Amino acid sequence: MSVSFRALSVPDPSALMFGRASKPVSCGFGLELGNGQVYPELNFTLPTMVLDESNWTAVVAHYEEIGTSIQRAAKRLKLPGLMVEFELLPPMTEHPSWGAEITAILHRHLKQAHENFGLPCALRVTPTDIRDVTRPPELRSGKPLEALLRSFDECAAAGADVLSIESVGAKEVHDEALLYGDLEGVIFALGVLAPRDMDFLWNKIVAVCSAHTVVPGADSACGFANTAMQLSSQGMLPEVLAAVVRAASAVRSLVAYECGARGPSKDCAYEGPILKAITGTPIAMEGKSASCAHFSPVGNVAAAMCDLWSNESVQNVRLLSGPAPEAYLELLAYDCRLFNQALKSGTERAYQDLLVESDVHLSPQAYILSPLSTGRIASAIVKESNHYAMTLAAARESVLILREAGQKKELDLNSREVEWLERISRDLDALPVDEQQLLVSMQERYGHLFSAASYGL
Amino acid sequence: MKELQDLAQSVEQGQVQKVSGLTQQLLDSGVSPQTILNDGLIAGMTVVGQKMRSGEMYLPEVLQSASAMHGSLKILKPHLVREGAQSRGKIMVGTVKGDMHDIGKNLVSIMLQGAGFDIVDLGLNVSPQKFVEAISAHQPAILGLSAMLTTTMLNMKTTIEAINAAGLRSSVKVIIGGAPVSQKFADEIGADGYARDAVLAVDKVKQLLGVSA
Repeated sequence: MSVSFRALSVPDPSALMFGRASKPVSCGFGLELGNGQVYPELNFTLPTMVLDESNWTAVVAHYEEIGTSIQRAAKRLKLPGLMVEFELLPPMTEHPSWGAEITAILHRHLKQAHENFGLPCALRVTPTDIRDVTRPPELRSGKPLEALLRSFDECAAAGADVLSIESVGAKEVHDEALLYGDLEGVIFALGVLAPRDMDFLWNKIVAVCSAHTVVPGADSACGFANTAMQLSSQGMLPEVLAAVVRAASAVRSLVAYECGARGPSKDCAYEGPILKAITGTPIAMEGKSASCAHFSPVGNVAAAMCDLWSNESVQNVRLLSGPAPEAYLELLAYDCRLFNQALKSGTERAYQDLLVESDVHLSPQAYILSPLSTGRIASAIVKESNHYAMTLAAARESVLILREAGQKKELDLNSREVEWLERISRDLDALPVDEQQLLVSMQERYGHLFSAASYGL
Repeated sequence: MKELQDLAQSVEQGQVQKVSGLTQQLLDSGVSPQTILNDGLIAGMTVVGQKMRSGEMYLPEVLQSASAMHGSLKILKPHLVREGAQSRGKIMVGTVKGDMHDIGKNLVSIMLQGAGFDIVDLGLNVSPQKFVEAISAHQPAILGLSAMLTTTMLNMKTTIEAINAAGLRSSVKVIIGGAPVSQKFADEIGADGYARDAVLAVDKVKQLLGVSA
């Protein structure tokens, strides 16, 4: 670990604004992030098809078509800038040369767009964390780790401008704890195990990035907080629990920055605004224009502080208008024109207020993503000095925020949600101050699910 | 019988110790283990399933009820075996090759156990060959296949083809679930059923096995 965040980079929540970051990032072909504009980040995946060696020609053809349609749309829409994300599918990480081949194709298309019509652009590449192929996952050794690290290296060499990941260390415990609504287990996974894996993995990712002069982007708590969000949207978990998990998950994602990540954060990392307040780095977010991939209760508020605006993922299928990635790039482009016009005309505060106010009273998950809530959670995190205490502080602050919002009638919480909020509060209060004490009890409860060696324990 | 109603209600409320205590009391008073299972435990879990479906219970509460039921089953099982009681059916589940997602599959397992079925869970990233071998070894009535990715869902088809090729298809019904799949896809690949979520998976299994409640 090389950096500790003991103060907020953006102490005034009103300074948390879309398109502006206190530590902008330059990447790729002249793309400046967080420097006064919001850009689209387009993400896509294959349609339903076999992904193996026998079908590789068809796979490549899809990415060629996507690259061509990106160039066409970028020119037609006069995009001021563009981030493209290539999220590898598991077999493309297991076979690093496959991921590198697609990276090279997309890099070529972006290079052509830059050379032919001056598009500032960059390619983010996100290998899949394939280390959880076994149960318990073997995170610090073995063939999956070797393949993952080779994938980073080969994709960087093939033309990636930013490297990111949605890492899964501690998910094996978090999943179980989440389903049982076990806050002790959730905090143990997010605050004790996950930061240890993040530290291990991100030091290696940053080393690869340094060797290739590639920007170390960031990680996402997708496997943790987005799992909670999705289960909540299906009525399986209380929304307040998903909201608290979101706040608590920011700390494990912060560890990437402690190791040298510089952003932009990952689009599916809805904890991004908390990270922006702490680190000042640009963030990618997704919301209403990502409904092609999944539904969420934070469609507008998610945009309030973004520097990249993403569609999360869309299959390369044919729509009435054209290929789905091209259609979604158009959608994102128009969203970004509004952000940028607001910034240009000095009406960004009013526009941000609309984005926030239209969502936050309807969902606890939206409420904790407002600039004010984000600032409070970020402040609670940086006051603490170890990851466990930081995670606990984030969770407790989110409970306070939601309780106050309920009392002030700013948030409509039904009786079951209120009951759960109080249960969560009690469970958090009962947690020990010392993480070693928690470790002992959690090893008894969840020891069968995780390998201590995977976390250096 | 009031005690059986108490047991069902305690299962619904997820009272682990009370459920175990009531189970022992009922056994001691001569109530048959099969009656305790059907009219106490499964009756309670049926209400739990209904409440989950209607949004009155969250998953952690459902799992608490399931834990209470499992505690009781530990006490009941030796008695059920001695009585030669028939299982409601053996269900095998697994996430198909190439796919590491298992939350949905685990939920289906838990809900099916709660409904009184025996579960064989093969885990995740299961190859067609491993499914075939496990079907031969365990002879389940139903196989539940799970997939979360558009690039792994086709391995459901490959798995069904492997089961066909091994001559086992007539001995096992196949149901599928997971975010990218649908009833249409189930029909296309020759599966016997599709369920959108864990509660509906229990309904589908009951329907396919002709179990009424």
